[in-house]
Amino acid sequence: MSMSRRRLLGAGGGLALTGALASACGSNTGRDGDDHAGQPVIEQWYHQYGEPGTEQAVRRYADAFDQANVQVQWRPGAYDQQTAAALLTKSGPDVFEVNGPTLDQIQGGQVVDLTDLLSEAKDDFNPAVLAPKTYQGKIWAVPQVIDTQLFYYRKSMLEDAGVEPPRSLDALIDAAKKLTTRDVKGLFLGNDGGPGVLGGTPLNAAGLTLVTEDGKVGFDDPAAARTLGKLRQLYAEKSLLLGAPSDWSDPAAFTQGLTAMQWSGLWALPQVKKALGDDFGVLPFPQDGAHGAPAVPVGAYGAAVSARSRHKAVAKAYVKWLWVERTNYQEDFALRYGFHIPARISLATKAAKLRQGAAGEAVRYATDHGHAEPLLWTSASRTAYQDALSRIIKGGADPDGELRSVVRKTEAELRRVQKKN
Amino acid sequence: MRGPLTTTLTRKLLGPQNRHLWFWIFVGPFVLGLTLFTYVPLAWSVYLSFFDAHNTVSPTDFVGFDNYTAMLGDDAFTGSLVTFLVFTAFIVPATYVLSLALALMVNRLRWAQAFFRSVFFLPVACSYVVAALIWKMSIFNGVRFGLANTVLDWFGADQIAWLSTTDPPWYWLVIVTVRLWLQAGFYMVLFLAGLQRISPRLYEAAAVDGARPGWQVFRYITFPQLRATSVAVVLLLVINAFQAFDEFYNLLSDSRGYPPYARPPLVYLYYTALGQGQNLGLGSAGAVILALIIAVVTVVQARWFGLGRKED
Repeated sequence: MSMSRRRLLGAGGGLALTGALASACGSNTGRDGDDHAGQPVIEQWYHQYGEPGTEQAVRRYADAFDQANVQVQWRPGAYDQQTAAALLTKSGPDVFEVNGPTLDQIQGGQVVDLTDLLSEAKDDFNPAVLAPKTYQGKIWAVPQVIDTQLFYYRKSMLEDAGVEPPRSLDALIDAAKKLTTRDVKGLFLGNDGGPGVLGGTPLNAAGLTLVTEDGKVGFDDPAAARTLGKLRQLYAEKSLLLGAPSDWSDPAAFTQGLTAMQWSGLWALPQVKKALGDDFGVLPFPQDGAHGAPAVPVGAYGAAVSARSRHKAVAKAYVKWLWVERTNYQEDFALRYGFHIPARISLATKAAKLRQGAAGEAVRYATDHGHAEPLLWTSASRTAYQDALSRIIKGGADPDGELRSVVRKTEAELRRVQKKN
Repeated sequence: MRGPLTTTLTRKLLGPQNRHLWFWIFVGPFVLGLTLFTYVPLAWSVYLSFFDAHNTVSPTDFVGFDNYTAMLGDDAFTGSLVTFLVFTAFIVPATYVLSLALALMVNRLRWAQAFFRSVFFLPVACSYVVAALIWKMSIFNGVRFGLANTVLDWFGADQIAWLSTTDPPWYWLVIVTVRLWLQAGFYMVLFLAGLQRISPRLYEAAAVDGARPGWQVFRYITFPQLRATSVAVVLLLVINAFQAFDEFYNLLSDSRGYPPYARPPLVYLYYTALGQGQNLGLGSAGAVILALIIAVVTVVQARWFGLGRKED
């Protein structure tokens, strides 16, 4: 039978339309059925870790779970935004790691209460990182690993310039100025000059907090303006490295000799050690003022269960199995591929890698001077604060006036979230 | 067996020679896509803008115009509109002049015209994200081995942190040049089409009347004849400037956020609604305000320039 062009086009169009409709109506994501080989299928999301081997490790852990078929998704890109959007739909993850969850996610009923998973082991989890995952006495995510940030300094450069490792904010400003030459800057706080990464750490170093334990603004104090005002000096004296090819989270600027000191994460320590051997040391953010104390931020990705999951019970069982019971996996995850502190105190204290040299000091800073971002510190407050800090550091804006506006914004946010209690 | 009524109805629906049927087979999927992925979300966004919609797309807490008043009273949002105005003031005249100049040059070429037209048009095919990253990491990074700083170094000048310096605001140079490189070729092609529509008789008449080739011919013949193209180009440039997102986001954001300067409206709304803020009600109100501003500006501009008016 011959076929005209028109018939052929028609048949092709019809087939395409049928195919599109069929796929739209019955798209198979592998999760429609309750079971897969007799087991429920649950989806677990991770953000993309930079360390080789981590992805294979988490897939291995998932395969070892025998109550469900766990499908791991390794998601590059803006992970926090991806999960936040996915939680609005039924096609999101069952189990996911989250840098939070945020108070709005908890109050919006997007995550499941996991308090009962930690009943016996709760005291073994680092309280500093468990606190921001706890709301109204309930725990909303199980901390996986702890990360901290700190200053890396090049010993030889400081010695050549006759500079001691700085123990106060004034000494840091002075050291950065002395270490700055035509080709090398004294300090790298990120390409934006610090507002993004420093967060509340300078306030902690001045003896203040972002939000107090009783839910009030913690930096409505003249000391806050004084400390933040000093950061302007670093910028004005051209002691800051700005516009490096990679940002603060990557130690490249430090290891390539573009800066004598850099603020970065604990995760960068193996890379720094490999590049510089013993020619480096680590420091917390130095104290400022009589009531201040050294400070480092601590945070933890936690495992959470989506409230939209169709298999909440088995998803919770999986989280308990992986992040509470299988301590050997947690140790492997924290220390074998990258460099993080296990969230379980018992694991962190016995890990040999975390006891010596700069790593040992970093762990001590995290334990003695660690501050986690409070759960009540909302995204809107954070944006207002970072904007103000940027205007103070780069634009030379009046710290008092800028902070007054942030205090007002934060008070409004605190009223909003506390009204929902 | 079909009755006469059914036959008439089928004929009406399908049209002569099944034209209606074919129209809907080819256009239908696009109409469906447009409805599902544009009009429904648009309507839903307007709906959300009247609710407290933190972390939800099916809110229940009606707040009336609160989101609109909050957005209009938000310094960061109004500041983002100022950013748009500054960006427009830079990019619209710069692109207009450059693309017109390129079009005039290419139009005059007697050989290799297609080659040069392709060369200038080629950047249009490049992704905004890729171009922004090349500008940020290779040309305008703030360290000594960045291309721009290397050139400055040849002349003994100090290094410049192009994207991090607010006084002077060098970041505008980076933002404007990347978009200029990316879009000038497209507008050049529009101008080329406009130039080729101009009747050679006009130039001949001008020559007979004693007009000097060059500026005088351009001023009195070419430029007025390009009026319709110019109006369309300026309209498109302004709308595109309003929608600026990719290059700003990729040049200036980092994992912790975005600096308060050079933050155009779409970037601010992205952080409000889709970033960690997840305030979909407030973000939707901002999107509606922005859409209204774009619509009003476009209509006013079109009327002002007389878009669609018959040529004199």
